[in-house]
Amino acid sequence: MNAVPALQANLQGAAVSARKTSSVAREWRRASRTVRFSAICLAFFYLLAAASPFFASYDPTYQNREMPDCPPMSLHLSAPSDWSRSLFYSHPMHMQDKTARTFAADNSQRLDIHLFSHGHLFTTDSESVPYFMLGSDGLGRDLYSRIVYGSRVSMCVGLVGVLISFSLGITIGALSGYVGGTVDFLIMRWSEIEMSLPSFYFLLALAAVIPSGLSAVATFFMIVAIMSFISWAGFARIIRGMASSVRSRPYVEAARALGGSRWRIITRHIIPSVMGYAIVAATLSIPGFILGESALSLLGLGIQEPAASWGNLLAQAQDVQNLARYPWILIPGIFIFLAVMSFNFLGDHLRDRLDPATSAA
Amino acid sequence: MSPASAPEPIASANSASPALVRVVNLSKEFPAGSTSIIGGKKLSVKAVAGVNLEIQPGETLGLVGESGSGKSTLGRLILKLLEPTTGAVYFDGRDLSTLGREELRTLRQQMQLVFQDPYASLNPRMRVRSIVGEGIEIHKLARGAEKERRIAELLAMVGMSADAMDRLPHEFSGGQRQRIGIARALAVNPRFLVLDEPVSALDVSIQAQIINLLQDLQEKLKLTYLFIAHDLRVVEHISNRVAIMYLGKIVEIATRDEIYLNPRHPYTRALLSAIPTIDTANKPERIKLPGEMPSPMNPPPGCAFHPRCPYAKDVCTNVEPKLETGRGGHAVSCHVFPAP
Repeated sequence: MNAVPALQANLQGAAVSARKTSSVAREWRRASRTVRFSAICLAFFYLLAAASPFFASYDPTYQNREMPDCPPMSLHLSAPSDWSRSLFYSHPMHMQDKTARTFAADNSQRLDIHLFSHGHLFTTDSESVPYFMLGSDGLGRDLYSRIVYGSRVSMCVGLVGVLISFSLGITIGALSGYVGGTVDFLIMRWSEIEMSLPSFYFLLALAAVIPSGLSAVATFFMIVAIMSFISWAGFARIIRGMASSVRSRPYVEAARALGGSRWRIITRHIIPSVMGYAIVAATLSIPGFILGESALSLLGLGIQEPAASWGNLLAQAQDVQNLARYPWILIPGIFIFLAVMSFNFLGDHLRDRLDPATSAA
Repeated sequence: MSPASAPEPIASANSASPALVRVVNLSKEFPAGSTSIIGGKKLSVKAVAGVNLEIQPGETLGLVGESGSGKSTLGRLILKLLEPTTGAVYFDGRDLSTLGREELRTLRQQMQLVFQDPYASLNPRMRVRSIVGEGIEIHKLARGAEKERRIAELLAMVGMSADAMDRLPHEFSGGQRQRIGIARALAVNPRFLVLDEPVSALDVSIQAQIINLLQDLQEKLKLTYLFIAHDLRVVEHISNRVAIMYLGKIVEIATRDEIYLNPRHPYTRALLSAIPTIDTANKPERIKLPGEMPSPMNPPPGCAFHPRCPYAKDVCTNVEPKLETGRGGHAVSCHVFPAP
């Protein structure tokens, strides 16, 4: 007797999961090429962040004093007879002029690049004879490895920041919109004060307060927390507007008539109804955090050396002379650009999909 | 749907038994801006203007009026979903305005609401299980398997099968949704239901089904109904007494038979004459009312109905008539056609 409903539940569960996978495939099919590219980009960046030690070729803090500001090295495919040594090779580079930092490749020698060795995707036999795929920085560190490790900070800053500012924004906005009256008035005036602070200077002031002895991770979380506390207000105002329109829907009135508490109505009815919008807004606000981090890094207030973030890697490009001589230090900017654009495209796509006028088609 | 085949009237306004719901001099004004931005006079809409009403246990009171007459507002005031501007509502002898928040939440189990729009009244993101189970959870009436059983029982009570539980509201038709809405209201074992135009949004064939369901439920669960409708045809079959509302006031209230066979107020007559019928021989002459219902922001002096009344006299334009009770509890508020 009891087995029958359980079996039915199982069948339904299976049906639901089947529907879910097919709905992912359906979403993929209806997405434009730009959106697919954005999704792949972001998936790749998060993969880099999750498996940095594997993707990086070297320790991102290892300084090769012989090879500062080395340009990106060439890559060659081995002849089939040399495949037993390595599939790819490069030529080692040596500094020719220590003041101008000019490098020349020694084409007579072969630098083997081993795939899947020493726990890395690709690396050379020794750190002291490195392969710099994207060149090195002023201290002789591998730019590629630093970009891979930097993705941890830059990709997480958005997620953590959005998590903090959105949980604040949704809770405060929903409370303000549903309860209304004096509570609403006070919360909205408070958010207006917060929004009228010149945010960048506010950020600077707060960053200056952070003690200097903190570890890179602690500083990172402080910065994210500061950015979140600044950015919740605008979001809370939008959620408030939506919440106060949901509030007058009959199903919310029904919950009130049933004797539901305010907290229950907010968590069960108001927040789920504004969630779709919130996810879109969250996606669209992640780029702000990534750019915010790089702006702070530019001023030396972001992630501190030797830890890497895309922002503080790009900060080295602020010297025009450096930029002219060693243009590869701009490469982290390409990563920032791709991440920001991807989040924007994905957010736009989500917004279009959630808009009833377009999703009905 | 002739009055003769109707259910037996259980109680009338002057019966000796204590009323389940007693409304005393109830008014509700909504702010409606002001005449000018700075220093203007504050405007307000008198949606409900001094209503007195009693609903006896077990009866169905039909409340009929045009849109904008304040009937839905009155229903929500009785359930204390809105705060009255003045006046009081007594439920089972207790003044609702004196109750604390927790006491009121507990009392809400006894009085429930069924909505007009079956599309907007169910949360589109919740499954039927959660919609019907919400009241059970709020008042901790049952848990786990017992709760499941109770939800299935409620669905069966409104004529739906238990496999509706895992579905979303958009998978159902208007009539089925209305049944789910009724099951949600019944989940907390209420004694009193405000039915706010529960069939207005439905097809005529479905209307009869829902009304029959409501009548069966009333009999089975000993419910008391305040049935709000915008035309007299709908409430004819189900009501014991009928109240007619115009511009925030009750203009006539009587037993169902009195209203349909012996209407006094010209507005009631006009509403009755508007009921479509196939019996052309006995069809009363259609009374056409000129104009629209006046704005409740600026009600006319005297009798609020006088600008549209074909029988209006001088007194009607100056003196506001009182709701006078006559024989058999038939109360009318009219200078020209006083209570019998």
